[in-house]
Amino acid sequence: MKDFSRKEIDYILDTAEKLEPVARGEERSRLLDGKIIALLFFEPSTRTRLSFEAATQRLGGQVLNLGSVEASSVMKGENLADTIRVISNYADLIVLRHPLDGSARMAAEFSSVPIINGGDGSLHHPTQTFLDLYTIRRESHLEGLKIAMAGDLKYGRTVHSLCHALSLYGAEITLVSPPELRMPLEIVRDLQKNNTRIRETDSLEKIIGDVEVLYMTRVQRERFPDPEEYEKVKNKLRVTGDLLKNADPSLKILHPLPRVNEISPEVDSTPYACYFEQAFYGVPTRMALLALATGVIE
Amino acid sequence: MKEKRDLKIQAIENGTVIDHIKAGQALNVLRILGISNAFRATISFVMNAPGAAGIKDVVKIEGKELSVEELNRIALISPKATINIIRDFEVVQKNKVVLPSYVEGVVRCINPNCVSNSSEPIKSKFSVLQSEEEGVILRCLYCEHVISENIAENLL
Repeated sequence: MKDFSRKEIDYILDTAEKLEPVARGEERSRLLDGKIIALLFFEPSTRTRLSFEAATQRLGGQVLNLGSVEASSVMKGENLADTIRVISNYADLIVLRHPLDGSARMAAEFSSVPIINGGDGSLHHPTQTFLDLYTIRRESHLEGLKIAMAGDLKYGRTVHSLCHALSLYGAEITLVSPPELRMPLEIVRDLQKNNTRIRETDSLEKIIGDVEVLYMTRVQRERFPDPEEYEKVKNKLRVTGDLLKNADPSLKILHPLPRVNEISPEVDSTPYACYFEQAFYGVPTRMALLALATGVIE
Repeated sequence: MKEKRDLKIQAIENGTVIDHIKAGQALNVLRILGISNAFRATISFVMNAPGAAGIKDVVKIEGKELSVEELNRIALISPKATINIIRDFEVVQKNKVVLPSYVEGVVRCINPNCVSNSSEPIKSKFSVLQSEEEGVILRCLYCEHVISENIAENLL
């Protein structure tokens, strides 16, 4: 994600906005007519895979699916480099999801067609960041945004790359997490070097009246050796109707989903809830990335 | 006294002398140069030799002049090393090692989940940076993990 300049991000988001009526099914497009998009998902990610499929089909393209890894040549011991060399002869673009860090970069070395990184290892998931940015732009605003990131800020890759991208837009970022799951210091330092204002807290109540976007993430049980400690943290970082009584009326709540219990269901019907719309925005955003990467839009 | 010193570090007729290696790093210098049993030249080295600027290691490779690119890798683990090219017992060229901006297949990425540590047919690739506070820093071009200390321990 760090490879993208603000101008490039804006261009991708502009393109997504133009394609949004097609994503909603209100307009028809044949932009990817005759193109084959290969979806190579080496680990399950239903949401990302389906939204890439929807994006391709809305643009009139065809999808080639790897299917389950168990039934493929991977189980026969084929390495990723060979798989990529073969599939790049069948398709016009490959979307890759793979458990190893850096696998998308490696795939790009072996592929004769463009690769879109659909999440590699624990570090990068750039199309998620683009859809988060698009959601923020559509539902709030990007420039000088006051945003709180809450939950697992230590391991949450979506949070790390979103913070980096938002720092290009002069965001004021509040980090809300239990001490065990604070954002790694080197990332905080990096952000501060880019003149991003950062504050850290462990309580949503203290900051809820003072932010325009609240980005929630899931706190995973396995991060806590002590189950009691997990219960405490879980209940502290929870968005409920009560909490939102003090919220700014324009507040928007985002979540990459799936959620467990960090956002109470009563919030879903409030104007603050934006996470299902966010999931939809994955379609126009991925349409824009597919169209730009295949060159059907320049 | 002089005779004893000569025994320790004998002059060579032709080849490469790597001097001012950080004390204790001579074996790693051989590793970073890819020098193993299969290497056909005579190698001699001295560790913890007294020098003008404290103790140092010295490596001599007889009958072989290594390329600048190979030798500059030494800067990763010993930035003050110097390279002397010897012909007919004379030093014909003397240079300090220069930190390369990129190294391939020299260091292992410390991230166990990095694709370069898997069975894929690729070599590790790092960009090399130097910071005043932290010294030499390697950044993996696949997974972006940073190695800022113990580079010698991660040589391939």
